[in-house]
Amino acid sequence: MFPKTITPMPLADPSPPPPRLRIDRVAKRFGPTVALDGVSLEVAAGEVHALIGENGAGKSTLMKVLSGAHRPDTGSLTLDGQPFAPSDPLHARNSGVAMIYQELNLAPDLSVEENILLGREPTTLGWINRAKRRRLAKRALEEIGQPQMPLDDPIRSLTIAQQQLVEIARALVSEPRVLIMDEPTSSLTQVDTENLFGVIARMSQRGVSVIYISHFLEECQRVASRYTVLRDGQSVGTGAMAEASLEQIIQLMVGREIDEIYPRTSRSVGEPVLELSGVAGLAKPSCVNLTLHAGEIVGVFGLVGAGRTETLRAVFGLDRLAKGSVSIYSREATHSTPAKRLANGVGLLSENRKEEGLLLNRSVADNLTLTRLGTVSRLGLVSDAAQAVASEKWMAMLDVKASSAVQPVGELSGGNQQKIALGRLLHHDARILLLDEPTRGIDVGSKAQIYRLMNELAGQGKAIVFVSSYLPELLGVCDRIGVMCRGELSEVRPVADWSEQEIIRTAVGQAEPREAAA
Amino acid sequence: MNLARLGSRDFLKAVRPFVGLFVVLLLFAMDAELRSLFFKGSNFKMILTQTVIVAIGAMGMTLVIVSGGIDLSAGSVVALCSVVTAKLIEQGHGFAAVLALTVLAGALAGLANGGIITAVRMMPFIVTLGMMGIARGISKWLANNQTVNPEQPLESVNSLMDNSQSPLTFFPLPDGVWLALGLAVVMAVVLRSTVFGRYVFAIGSNEDTARLCGIRVNVNKVAIYALAGAFFGLAGVMQFSRLTQGDPSVAIGLELQIIAAVVIGGASLSGGAGSIPGSVIGAFMMACLANGSGIKVWPNYMQEIIIGVVIILAVAMDKVEPMLQRFFRRGTND
Repeated sequence: MFPKTITPMPLADPSPPPPRLRIDRVAKRFGPTVALDGVSLEVAAGEVHALIGENGAGKSTLMKVLSGAHRPDTGSLTLDGQPFAPSDPLHARNSGVAMIYQELNLAPDLSVEENILLGREPTTLGWINRAKRRRLAKRALEEIGQPQMPLDDPIRSLTIAQQQLVEIARALVSEPRVLIMDEPTSSLTQVDTENLFGVIARMSQRGVSVIYISHFLEECQRVASRYTVLRDGQSVGTGAMAEASLEQIIQLMVGREIDEIYPRTSRSVGEPVLELSGVAGLAKPSCVNLTLHAGEIVGVFGLVGAGRTETLRAVFGLDRLAKGSVSIYSREATHSTPAKRLANGVGLLSENRKEEGLLLNRSVADNLTLTRLGTVSRLGLVSDAAQAVASEKWMAMLDVKASSAVQPVGELSGGNQQKIALGRLLHHDARILLLDEPTRGIDVGSKAQIYRLMNELAGQGKAIVFVSSYLPELLGVCDRIGVMCRGELSEVRPVADWSEQEIIRTAVGQAEPREAAA
Repeated sequence: MNLARLGSRDFLKAVRPFVGLFVVLLLFAMDAELRSLFFKGSNFKMILTQTVIVAIGAMGMTLVIVSGGIDLSAGSVVALCSVVTAKLIEQGHGFAAVLALTVLAGALAGLANGGIITAVRMMPFIVTLGMMGIARGISKWLANNQTVNPEQPLESVNSLMDNSQSPLTFFPLPDGVWLALGLAVVMAVVLRSTVFGRYVFAIGSNEDTARLCGIRVNVNKVAIYALAGAFFGLAGVMQFSRLTQGDPSVAIGLELQIIAAVVIGGASLSGGAGSIPGSVIGAFMMACLANGSGIKVWPNYMQEIIIGVVIILAVAMDKVEPMLQRFFRRGTND
């Protein structure tokens, strides 16, 4: 394809060892869709390389090319200087490229030992050599610093983090030269994540190259020495992790300035629309006081379990209120049901879009219009045409990528699903929006669109409560912020009156006493 | 229904029961004996009459199953209502009163089901299993453990399922067939296009989401079970008309035939999917299979095996199609 290789940057030293893995202008298209459009990447031996990109940027396709599931249309791969063209995942693994997928691929009823050597059982005359298998399994676990792992326990009885370590041990048995990890920490706790980083560092010291794919940029910064950013199937930036700021990387990912991520137009704050005084639920929250005004975004920060979701649910009428009172538009409306709240123009976006937020097997149109089917009905019958027209309007406004308004929501990506869940509140014309983790688990581009939307809605005079565990977005989007800790909401203060440290201290219950607290 | 707006997959799903029926008829047409005896107007009149009870029951059951529930008491409620019909005729009530009161009796049984399921938060399977025994017991009690034969027959009720006039032609069809067809049209629109119908789908797809969207889940569920009970009551009237007597031990296992018709018609037992036309076609297909087997003088067990295979095939298509789609689409997903 490329008869003359033109090296973009002439190398200073003409004879360094070839990189462990070199991906050179790889392209891959599926029909009209260009998945990869010239990706280049180099990983040295023992290097931990972060591969960063939004959903749909081409990370998965690139990994499938590396693991032999797809063949590139053009471009080349070399492994330690040798051409590398894996024909299938087994071939790739035998060549020294092992992959650990997001979904674990372990046999849940087999033991740790059996899983580590699965498909590579040492044999003597056709019988499994148990003693040798045990030795090999032990060695693999020791190499990742987990000698205490119970070899005879079934995988089912382990935690997700332990299972992941077993998977890594299994990958090590094949003596990989390159190990690819796809979102390895997505289901791990903080402690397990730290542990995993230790394992990655060990492997790096042993000379194994690691390609680390993650959404969590902070993690990439900690674990990787170099990074490559993919956008729209192209590698748009690469460099040493230590020399890049988070903002620079995000900018590369989304292709625009950080200011555009958190847009802020001037808003005028109006009348109070939602007043909570001393609100308490059966277990949580214990005491929440909040006054939300029209045209205002109030952020609620807190750790998991602080009672933020419970507060929203109680206010929305999904859970019972034990104490306190709720006023909407200065009218007392403490005890309520979701139906009444919706009738009053209050909408709730669930933090759990799959379990609670959406009807996954129903169409985009049904999901968007469910709370106000009356607007798309004629003579008491829901009109498919009116539903589609209304839905297409919201889909265009929210930039939803779906084949049509009748596509089941479950088939859309996370970001698009979230836009549908938000779109329902728009179709309902909710004026008080309770948004619970609206950007959880979605790509940066969709996040930016949601921030922009929130800004627009506030500009139209709508009032928003924005619950989030991600402090930068709260600081970027909100007018005022309150912090929840153990069921209590702190004083809600303008963003400028908080420092990041202070917010975190309050969230973990270490707030310094303040005179001004009312 | 605007087909252009339906996704191709939904379209496939909607026509699948019709395709299944077509395949059955095609297979029948390949047999000389069936060709001459099965494909006759008079025979179709018979099949349609035989479909009525299961089809009416299936209309109620479709609502329940689409909402994510199940009603095992259907057969017992049909038997109970056939006895209620007989008792009402004995007491000299007219057609309208008999019909209305029997349907009401069925609706009350459904109301009890729905009330217990929502108030005590019990599994529909258990509650309706209990109701299956209760309704059967009450019908035997009411009938004194024997069939109830009204001395003064009420001709209008008896003729609902009577297909003996002009036995050699398709028309005229018995009133019960017309009633079932009319109800099928109404219920198809109710389930597909009314707000209530959309709520039934929403509740069956995800109850939590339905609640979040302000749908009064409990009220709707009670309404669904009560409405289903009303349909079983009407099926009870038809059951009476077919035998011209109230029989407390009739319709044993009918609930399973009804559920089979609904499932063949494309409904999912986990809720959120199903349609009235599909269920009615499912009922009709089962009647065709029974009728065809009868003509071929196949033993009863053959019939049972065939219907069993059809049920599994119908649901297997549900699983196989997405697998094929995934297979063909795998390459384009990133």
